[in-house]
Amino acid sequence: MKELLYAFLIGGALCAVAQVLVDKTKLTPARILVAYVVSGVILTALGLYEPLVKLAGAGATVPLTGFGYSLAKGVEQAVNERGLIGAITGGLTATAAGITASLILAVGAALISRSKPR
Amino acid sequence: MSVQKAAYLQYVEKSAKKSPLVLDCTKAFFVGGSICLIGQLLKNLYTGWGISEENVNALVPSSIVLLTAILTAIGLFDQLAKFGGAGTLVPISGFANAVVAPAIDNKAEGWVLGLGAKIFIIAGPVILYGTLASVIYGVVYWVMGLL
Repeated sequence: MKELLYAFLIGGALCAVAQVLVDKTKLTPARILVAYVVSGVILTALGLYEPLVKLAGAGATVPLTGFGYSLAKGVEQAVNERGLIGAITGGLTATAAGITASLILAVGAALISRSKPR
Repeated sequence: MSVQKAAYLQYVEKSAKKSPLVLDCTKAFFVGGSICLIGQLLKNLYTGWGISEENVNALVPSSIVLLTAILTAIGLFDQLAKFGGAGTLVPISGFANAVVAPAIDNKAEGWVLGLGAKIFIIAGPVILYGTLASVIYGVVYWVMGLL
């Protein structure tokens, strides 16, 4: 029960911070997503994001900072197993599910639906 | 700057609609928090089915991507995004929508340079700079392991 509460609170807080950036700066959504992913990698590298994942579970892994967390953890694991070559294989291996699911479902969605005038 | 221009800028400042920051943030908090809550519920559900942690970690984002793709295809995601703002953008749903929506919108431009290229218009930079950061970290991590 506690983990559900923390998932909601931490996930919500990460989104509220992004909303402040949207409203107060001229950052486009694409720039915010890039900033979140890179921040996730840096925070994980500094050992600051792991505790948040332990505490909030999906609240920390579902936001795009969690994508950065997966990239960084994947690289750590791959370097441990394979040495330096792991630095170029670990990131995308760890995030393959989310990326590949997005790509194939995008093609699937494009096949079954047509664009609507906005 | 002429007096007129200064006065005009002041006028613009005053009449420009102030974005209701507190309301926007509250909506982003609840929508984003709810998406993460769904993620945690799915995680608990999959774990309860006896699926390994590694597979659960791949299934949870994939499931949210699937839900987003469905909502985007039937046109509901746009409405949710209008309400939730950053609350729908920051979770992996925002990434998924940024891939699925251009796929649908640019299919008519062709499969290669239409759909094929445009699905990366936002996902491309995210994957590029995320991967770049992870490679830099990987090299640093490897060097630190040598010391």
